[in-house]
Amino acid sequence: MTALDLTPAPGAAPFPRMVLAQAGAEVRATLRNGEQLLLTMIIPVLLLAGFSLAPLVDIGGGSRVAFLTPGVLALAVMSTAFTGQAIATGFERRYGVLKRLGATPLSRAGLLLGKTAAVIAVELIQVVVIVAVALALGWRPHGSFPAAALLILAGTAAFSGLGLLMAGTLRAEATLAAANLVYLVLLGAGGVIFPLSKFPAGVRPVLELLPISALAGGLRAVLAGGAVLPLGALAVLTGWAVVSLALASRTFRWE
Amino acid sequence: MDLPAVEIIGLVKRYGGTTAVDGLSLRAERGAVTAVLGPNGAGKTSTIEICEGFRKADAGTVRVLGEPPADPALRPRVGVMLQSGGVPPATRCAEWLRLVSRFYARPLDSGALLLRLGLAEHGRTPYRRLSGGQQQRLSLAAAVIGRPELVFLDEPTAGLDPQARHACWELVGELRGAGVSVVLTTHHMDEAERLADHVVIIDRGKVVAEGSPATLTGAERQLRFRARPGLTLEELLNALPAGSAAKESPAGHYIIEGLVGPELLATVTAWCASEGVTADDLRIERRTLEDVFLELTGRELR
Repeated sequence: MTALDLTPAPGAAPFPRMVLAQAGAEVRATLRNGEQLLLTMIIPVLLLAGFSLAPLVDIGGGSRVAFLTPGVLALAVMSTAFTGQAIATGFERRYGVLKRLGATPLSRAGLLLGKTAAVIAVELIQVVVIVAVALALGWRPHGSFPAAALLILAGTAAFSGLGLLMAGTLRAEATLAAANLVYLVLLGAGGVIFPLSKFPAGVRPVLELLPISALAGGLRAVLAGGAVLPLGALAVLTGWAVVSLALASRTFRWE
Repeated sequence: MDLPAVEIIGLVKRYGGTTAVDGLSLRAERGAVTAVLGPNGAGKTSTIEICEGFRKADAGTVRVLGEPPADPALRPRVGVMLQSGGVPPATRCAEWLRLVSRFYARPLDSGALLLRLGLAEHGRTPYRRLSGGQQQRLSLAAAVIGRPELVFLDEPTAGLDPQARHACWELVGELRGAGVSVVLTTHHMDEAERLADHVVIIDRGKVVAEGSPATLTGAERQLRFRARPGLTLEELLNALPAGSAAKESPAGHYIIEGLVGPELLATVTAWCASEGVTADDLRIERRTLEDVFLELTGRELR
């Protein structure tokens, strides 16, 4: 029988180490989960390759891959920060994982920071894969990369807020259904693959206020149009982020 | 420092119209094993979860290691084993323990702990594929890995097979030996009798008795036997020395209390002969914690 030194020696690990440990566990869980991979990697890459190679949608002239890549990048951000995070967090709540972690020295702020770091790490992998596929398909990006990164960060905050708002209030099964439904609706109506100009003029101003349209449109303006920084899109994303994060922090139930 | 590990005074917890904890007070000493014993729905888990900082008390004071339960400074000092769950189903056994260990400054070696609890060969098994007993042992491991001063175990041996139960008991014994305070809930009398320095019996949200297992069961011995149900005990009572008691509980089981010695035994067997009954399973024994428990909390199922 192994002897264990059970003498009390309590103490919390340094905060950054706790956050990194949690982020690492979340990244591993995402990359190991088949449905998550389908959502975050396979669907975006298939959409990018499929719609770039085959003239299935009328994008109104110009290079198809140049139009599609910013939209697919926006979709990738939404799939990780919103859909994936909402479903994973909803089930963590349901299985008592959030409760159990609350009994460790990892604070709630630390847990959320760990989740955010994990989302950003997965997004980095997505961006590398999508950009590689796009370059292979003949994409020649131009424009400001810091501006694109800033838009992605603002989009991540907005989608995380919405995802956590859902995960912290609905039952896990309801979150699963709703997060997938919202993903599909926003994929169809958010300017990811189908240009907003193809929608009736009456609904377009409403669609442009969706976080996915702001992110896809903003990235497109930078990476395809060479815009310095699309302030309108950034403002829409920041608005969604502030409102959703404030609501989520007020309504989130840990159990 | 003479602060108790846990001190609860007048704790009240309500859920809607039902009062789960109703003015409960208890004290768990440092370095001791305190068992909170009670039937289902007695308020054990509510009480423990308030001490763990998961729930808020509606009234009363609770101090854990001298601090209010919600104090974040308590988190590294207190280990927690939930009654169930708390682990992501797809996470592998060893990975979960390693993750939890990274939240602490001087954790136990997770590999050694897995080995100790018989989980080493299941290190790569996802939590949902572990048996109920293995899941319980993993939760127990996670509760102690941070080398806490105080451990709360909510029904630690529920669903364990005998070997795993003994492994758990051994670990609790070692924790106590190392100076860790342990507060556990259980409805296994033998567990409380065997492990605890102090037993607190609660029912309907209140403490109904407390003390060491020996004090609770008392020094008194009983004479017990089985015979046909419905015997009239009046004559026996008349023959027994004053201060003795005789009762039938449950039907066909007779218990005689008093100064149990050769004379009492002779009186009882003589009475049996006069009644024409054979006393089966005649034995003299101490009251068990189970007797005390059933006396205090009643026999009806809830």
